[in-house]
Amino acid sequence: MNNPQTYDALVIGGGATGGGAALDLALRGLHVALVERADLTDGTSGRYHGLLHSGGRYAVRDPESARECIEENRILRRILPHAIEDTGGLFVATPDDDPAYADTWVAACRACGIETEEISIGQMLKAEPALNPASTRAFRVPDASCDSFDVLSALAAAVQALGGTVLTYHEVVGLHLADGRVVGATLRNRRTGEEQRIDAAVTINAAGAWAGQIAAMAGCPVTVRPNKGTMVAMAYRFVNTIINRCHLPGDGDILVPVGTVAVIGTTSVNVPDPNVTSTEAWEIERMLDEGEKLVPGFSQVRALRAWAGVRPLYEEGGSAQGREAKRTFAVLDHSQRDGVAGLVTVVGGKFTTYRLMAERAVDVACAQLGVTTACQTQEFVVPDVRTPSERPKPHHLGLRLAEVEEAAADRRTPPNALICECELVTRKDVERAVSAHPDVVAPWVLDDLRRDLRLGMGPCQGGFCGYRATGILHELGQVDAGQATAALADFAQRRWKGMQPLLWGQNLRQALLDEQIYRGILGLEK
Amino acid sequence: MTYTPELLEDIRRTADLCVKCNICTTACPVLPTTNLFPGPKYVGPQAQRFRDPTQPSPDHSLDYCSGCGVCTQVCPHGVKVMEINTAAKAEMRTERLRKTPLDPKLWRDTIFGYNEALGQVGGLVAPLTNFLMNFGPARMIAEKTLGIDHRAPLPRFHFRKFRGWFFGQHQREKAPTPPGAPKVAYFHGCATEHYEQSVGRAIVAVLEHNGFEVLLPEQNCCGLPMQSNGNFAGARRYANALLRKLAPYAGQGIPIVVGGTSCGLELKSDYREILGIHTAEARIVAEQVYDISEFLWLLHEGGRLKTDFRDQGGRYIPVHTSCHQKLHRIGRPALDLLGLVPGLTVEEMGIDCCGITGTYGYKHEKYDIAQQVGQPLFDKLRASGVDQAICDNETCRWNIARSSGLQVVHTMQVLAEAYGVAEG
Ligand SMILES: Cc1cc2nc3c(=O)[nH]c(=O)nc-3n(C[C@H](O)[C@H](O)[C@H](O)COP(=O)(O)OP(=O)(O)OC[C@H]3O[C@@H](n4cnc5c(N)ncnc54)[C@H](O)[C@@H]3O)c2cc1C
Ligand code: SF4
Ligand code: SF4
Ligand code: SF4
Repeated sequence: MNNPQTYDALVIGGGATGGGAALDLALRGLHVALVERADLTDGTSGRYHGLLHSGGRYAVRDPESARECIEENRILRRILPHAIEDTGGLFVATPDDDPAYADTWVAACRACGIETEEISIGQMLKAEPALNPASTRAFRVPDASCDSFDVLSALAAAVQALGGTVLTYHEVVGLHLADGRVVGATLRNRRTGEEQRIDAAVTINAAGAWAGQIAAMAGCPVTVRPNKGTMVAMAYRFVNTIINRCHLPGDGDILVPVGTVAVIGTTSVNVPDPNVTSTEAWEIERMLDEGEKLVPGFSQVRALRAWAGVRPLYEEGGSAQGREAKRTFAVLDHSQRDGVAGLVTVVGGKFTTYRLMAERAVDVACAQLGVTTACQTQEFVVPDVRTPSERPKPHHLGLRLAEVEEAAADRRTPPNALICECELVTRKDVERAVSAHPDVVAPWVLDDLRRDLRLGMGPCQGGFCGYRATGILHELGQVDAGQATAALADFAQRRWKGMQPLLWGQNLRQALLDEQIYRGILGLEK
Repeated sequence: MTYTPELLEDIRRTADLCVKCNICTTACPVLPTTNLFPGPKYVGPQAQRFRDPTQPSPDHSLDYCSGCGVCTQVCPHGVKVMEINTAAKAEMRTERLRKTPLDPKLWRDTIFGYNEALGQVGGLVAPLTNFLMNFGPARMIAEKTLGIDHRAPLPRFHFRKFRGWFFGQHQREKAPTPPGAPKVAYFHGCATEHYEQSVGRAIVAVLEHNGFEVLLPEQNCCGLPMQSNGNFAGARRYANALLRKLAPYAGQGIPIVVGGTSCGLELKSDYREILGIHTAEARIVAEQVYDISEFLWLLHEGGRLKTDFRDQGGRYIPVHTSCHQKLHRIGRPALDLLGLVPGLTVEEMGIDCCGITGTYGYKHEKYDIAQQVGQPLFDKLRASGVDQAICDNETCRWNIARSSGLQVVHTMQVLAEAYGVAEG
């Protein structure tokens, strides 16, 4: 093992909470390392529904979460404009929902400080013609959609810019204790198997659904209840506003336009192990059935990809499960709770409240270190790494097309071929991402580029861009033919996993065409 | 009535059917001629996923789509690429009008949309208009200010209008209509009214020869020029006005025949698919509209078409089936009909598009592209060694005539001649 590197603080978990904690620490002047066992957002953060909650969903049953959501919603719009699209949200009472619930809901929202505005069904249909015209009531709320890949890449870049270290594909396999204190961790490189040690004065455990496993490494019992939710991405945005059913939260009752797709979700299933992210046929069926209630014709749109994420539900001393469990979060100071200093666990919550969770956890960690600098993340606008600019532009759907179109219309710029046509990823984008990648020989390199660039996320699910990107990877010279082939096989296999539960209609045709390309023409075998 | 969800009625939804196979990319006639156009798959189903109705249109390259519809024809998955493009062009125009309201190209596109009014005004002072339109310096000015290419084929204006002939001289001179003759309504469109009476006269002659009573409904421009120049509001106004005029005929089950292939397509499908007019009028009119050749061929299949053609003595005429005619999806009834004429050989040239597609090739920045698209056709026609060709679409006819040097006529003109009913 190499000599240990020493940091003020170690953050475990490259999800929103960990990324947020690392930036918070760095902004308070601490030397920080963020470690993640896979790529950033590989956990729940990269599998979430994409909704920056207004809090409306929780107002009736969980007002504390609702309040946290609306406050953070306002802050995140300010500090991460480039990752957030101000789609606005609608709560809609479909014919399947009790119209009277809306009154309870409106009162609860008011109590939590969430603005709602009732609009007529005519106005609703004018804004969103695809919605069920038989709906009885509709309300506007300040929901937004938020791309977690964009958030995490910006957080990580900001941490690095402040002198911090971000290590992906490094798994924490053990914590080091000295005199009842956590003083560091052993990391294992996922590709090479090499181990290395990191020493840190304090460790923040932001491993989400895996937080119990990390805490256990220090002998602290933390029971996180993993709860799986399945989502289905429909191939295009037939709504441009976030649509919530106005009823008590249930399955498949939110439709989120994010990027180029509309995502319906979710289910809520307790699972024994947070690594379970397979989707089941009944879940897909339920999503389509519920979608049909919101948008007649829904199930005839191409379902592009299904996936699942695992909620890190946690209630100190509580036993509520699934949707009954609160969506608030907990910060566990293990020195007080378990007599283990140098370790703070932060778990539960929402993507929307990541910043607040990070702030609270870092407050505790700083108290242990005797650092008194105040949190700055409320004000710090996280720079956009993809298109850096003084005043980051809020994200909107047409932005990417506008960029590509403007570049093409400007005769001075050399032609820049599209590699991923569905998601408008250019050759230059791919080249830049490849050269920025820390470990291009890793077989999962294309999947990392996907999170960076949205490569392969469109209707053909990598059928055409996969091999083109592989060609560029090889052309740039750091990857030999064998490695390039392995990368392509890995990518195709992952895309296939998401398409497999949805093999009917147009997606089936697409899958067969992709299969012909990869197995028939290129001779890739499973 | 079964309820069709809004979602499924929208033509833009067909973008969802695209499997990215690139078949349309290889078929698009504009793509190979210029770097400025990224092709149907890109501007159609792909870009469509990025178009947010609440945001300004981000499109530029879409402008180079000619609207020929070859992409829609070849797509094996039912993506209505050309229709998607047309709808997106309307959004693009709205955005341009907002951003650069003084851009002369926008004025030009607006003017092209009003070709019916142009025909009316231009006709009043026909000699002057014709002089100016053939007068080099005037054309150069039009090119510099409005971007109307000085080489583009403009039609000749006439004082005398087709309707004037029909209700005047023709009613006086024609043979009396036999009692109980079946009725057919004729939509002649603006080109026939203002520039090409001879086409209308031939159609009337052929129909009357076959024992029909030809009715001439009140009519106005179908709105296609506005639609293809991105002015949907204007196009819808024209469309609804025309539907009101034609619906009473359709309602009585009187078939409506159309000579221009683009006008016919507009009435048959574009009103609903592109302009989103889903009224009862639009439906009943669409059900009664026939391309004139389609109508006559169906008549022939029912054994009711007269075949007393004169032998043409070994005449050969090359035919260009316009891109919009192919979009009717009715086969090639014009070729079938001409095939009935003894001693006449016709040959389909097999070229997708002549390049002009409505007003596209008139625009200075697109003239060269359009010429390149049509070049194989012009070459083939010239090589044929004959001096006459057939094409059933107005602007295509003028374009091919100008670029190949051949005289180009409508199928019905040849047929009328073969029946011996053409006027001198
Ligand atoms: C189906 C679903 C839909 C959701 N939708 C929404 C929504 O719309 N809006 C919203 O606000 N919230 C939503 N949530 C909740 C939200 O996604 C999560 O609360 C949030 O993403 C959790 O982030 P996190 O950083 O705490 O955990 P994670 O993102 O899971 O991060 C933990 C990371 O730790 C890493 N890790 C684990 N073990 C180790 C180890 N040994 N060494 C190193 N790293 C390790 C994991 O790989 C993982 O990346 C949703 C959740 C689910 C399941
Ligand atoms: S539009 Fe049709 S032809 Fe073109 S790529 Fe898509 S599926 Fe293929
Ligand atoms: S309509 Fe014609 S020019 Fe336009 S994309 Fe289709 S094939 Fe190409
Ligand atoms: S398509 Fe027909 S009716 Fe419409 S403008 Fe042309 S000639 Fe006139």
